[in-house]
Amino acid sequence: MDTEKMTSPSIGKVKGSMSKLFRGSNDILGVFLILLGLCVVMTFASDNFLSVDNLSSVARAFSFVAIMAIGMTIVIITGGIDMSVGSIFAFAGVITAYCYSDLQLALPLCILLGIIGGAAFGFINGLLINECNLPPFIATLGTMSVARGLSYAITSGFPISMPSSFNKLGQGMIFNIPYPIILMIVLAIIFTFILNKMIFGRHVYAVGGSEEASAISGIKVKRVKLAVYTISGFLSAIAGIIMTARLGVAQSTAGLGYELDVIAAVIIGGASFSGGKGTIVGAILGAAIMGVLRNGLVLLNVSAYWQQTVIGLVIIIAVTIDQLRYKKKA
Amino acid sequence: MSELLRLDGIMKAFPGVKALQDVQFDVRKGEVVSLMGENGAGKSTLIKILAGVYRKDAGTIQFDGRRVEIESPLHSQKLGISVMFQELNLLPNLSVAENIFAGREKGKFGLFDKHGTRKEALRYMNEVGLNCPPNTPVRELSVSQRQMVEFAKALSIQSKLIILDEPTSSLTDREAERLFEIIEKLKRDGVSIVFVSHKMKEVQMISDRVHILRDGAYVGCLEKGEVTEDRIIQLMVGRKLENIFEKAPSAIADEVLAVKGLHVPGKLKNISFSVRKGEIVGFAGLVGAGRTEVMRAVMGIDKRSSGQIFIEGREVHITSPSQAIEHGIGLVPEDRKQQGLVLGLSVKKNISLSALQQLTRIGVLSGTAEDQLADEYINKLSIKTPHRDQRAGNLSGGNQQKIVIAKWLATHPRVLILDEPTRGIDVGAKKEIYTLMSKLARQGVAIIMISSEMPEILGMSDRIIVMHEGEIKGSLDRESATQEKILELALKGA
Repeated sequence: MDTEKMTSPSIGKVKGSMSKLFRGSNDILGVFLILLGLCVVMTFASDNFLSVDNLSSVARAFSFVAIMAIGMTIVIITGGIDMSVGSIFAFAGVITAYCYSDLQLALPLCILLGIIGGAAFGFINGLLINECNLPPFIATLGTMSVARGLSYAITSGFPISMPSSFNKLGQGMIFNIPYPIILMIVLAIIFTFILNKMIFGRHVYAVGGSEEASAISGIKVKRVKLAVYTISGFLSAIAGIIMTARLGVAQSTAGLGYELDVIAAVIIGGASFSGGKGTIVGAILGAAIMGVLRNGLVLLNVSAYWQQTVIGLVIIIAVTIDQLRYKKKA
Repeated sequence: MSELLRLDGIMKAFPGVKALQDVQFDVRKGEVVSLMGENGAGKSTLIKILAGVYRKDAGTIQFDGRRVEIESPLHSQKLGISVMFQELNLLPNLSVAENIFAGREKGKFGLFDKHGTRKEALRYMNEVGLNCPPNTPVRELSVSQRQMVEFAKALSIQSKLIILDEPTSSLTDREAERLFEIIEKLKRDGVSIVFVSHKMKEVQMISDRVHILRDGAYVGCLEKGEVTEDRIIQLMVGRKLENIFEKAPSAIADEVLAVKGLHVPGKLKNISFSVRKGEIVGFAGLVGAGRTEVMRAVMGIDKRSSGQIFIEGREVHITSPSQAIEHGIGLVPEDRKQQGLVLGLSVKKNISLSALQQLTRIGVLSGTAEDQLADEYINKLSIKTPHRDQRAGNLSGGNQQKIVIAKWLATHPRVLILDEPTRGIDVGAKKEIYTLMSKLARQGVAIIMISSEMPEILGMSDRIIVMHEGEIKGSLDRESATQEKILELALKGA
């Protein structure tokens, strides 16, 4: 009798938290199943897919897009968009390399300056949107071109090689797990925590749901927007610097067109352009889907031209499925 | 004069509200009929039925000797009815000529006949006295000129009946004069006009007859000779007050909020008022009198050009809602869905939205503290929701309003401003909100309530401030306030 009394409330509690977990991750579940299905198909289609080496190289390949997708998710939740991530990605690598090879500064300082440069571009995006009333698409399209142009100008279009001490950042491993993957996981955990457990995260969702209601509720909407674009620039810079280390050279053409992959990953991951909706885990799964697909198409010897076509179709199908699911619920 | 339009037994209901009940209405050929009534009396609904925007639930419409069912805006237009809504229905980037013939473009084989369109447009423009090139884009015209375009359009489709919804509300006196001249001219040409306005002088001047609605019902018609302000007001308010207001007396103490000399260019002039602890102050006035604007300025949403705000005797600087909240002011806005709630967030997250600071330790939100806060207010306000994680957008209007109120109560406000707190809410939830307001007042909160519902204003307020065209025109005590006095101040501003 006593034991019954003691256990029943705790069972209720477990049940409650289970259903809560399910409610929260319902959106992610669908994306996860798509990824899983894709992996199963690939395992049967190609003998080379399911190996530690291949999976690790796939994960490393999409980790850069995934890191940028973390920032993009936060931006898209507020109802915005950031077209400049690919250019900032290149710009940060170029700045770091330039500081090292031309200005001969200490490596850590070079990295710091690269990150600051990227975050500064994000900050400028926020200012343009807040103070000049530019639509996010236009503001970031402008800085996309400016950052890319500066990267070309600084390097005159030539690649800059980096020393091996720096390149470890992109090429090293712990327990056979490449650094970029570890970085992606750490950043995803940190920003998931910020989005779910901190006031700022709540404000991000509120602003995306209704800017007017948020402002009247006392949320400093402009400050939130400034922060999200700065975070996006900051994360793009980190991804860009790690990519530079991975390749051993900084290139002004790095990350050309990445903004589209990043946005696709975020949208496949369940975020909505109308704002208020999206998760970082979803975005990373979205990036993984695109990574696995690219890898699979290579393994299956599909020509590069057809790869583009297939990836485009997958994006359309994934988002359509999500839309249909959402409609059903509403 | 023969009859052009006759409505009989018109009924229209919206979920929870009977907008029109057994309404009759008639217009003769070549006559100007005014339609009057308080906010919410059913004028807009009636117009929209004639415009084909709404379908009536029951009743008959006779137009030009035939019984008709108006099925769509296009059908209404084809019958010969033109409606000029307050927010004019023009395409700003198209030219005057293109607007006049929008939807009936002239041309052959799908090719647009630019020349013919202009030539014909010019004819109608001359008739209404609009002097500008027919290829001027409409966005470059003044409100008055845009109205002329609407008139020209009405003429071009040979309208027999033109309905004007508060056409003079944003016109200067001179422009209004022009408008009346055109109305006179149209009348001579045999066109009938229905004129909806709150402005007594205009109504007296141009109407042949005045039809009056009250609370969705037809109350009577005044002929030209008997149209006086007193008669109109008497008909507009002559209702019995139902008592669903649980107004308990509360101890009114010191002044909490005082506003002095508030100006907002083009909207508000010299607004001064104060609210005391435990007091409910009602803001009455017609829609557009500037009541919402006062509260937006106090809350720091809109910029004021001058004016001081005092909280408990000390001057405070409020330039943003977050500052207003720090000083203990909360606003339950008129537009619940756009401004009050974040519909996509859960009930819990909406309730805690303005009080997150109290729920954090070293910047981290405490899930249990937030759950407790949400449950506390869900219980206190008896918000009907399956669980606290339910999407706020899925609840009924009344429950949504309670969430907005709960959000503010969680900030422990000294002053709570409620803008049309019971709009679109069913009677049961209304009553609960009135009870809640009384309770808050007893607990010492100073309450400001904007309302366009006369019974609500009279039933709940300790004091009533009446606004007219951006100015405060008077303040009435609970004891001395009557519907007639309020309406007189709201209409005439005298």
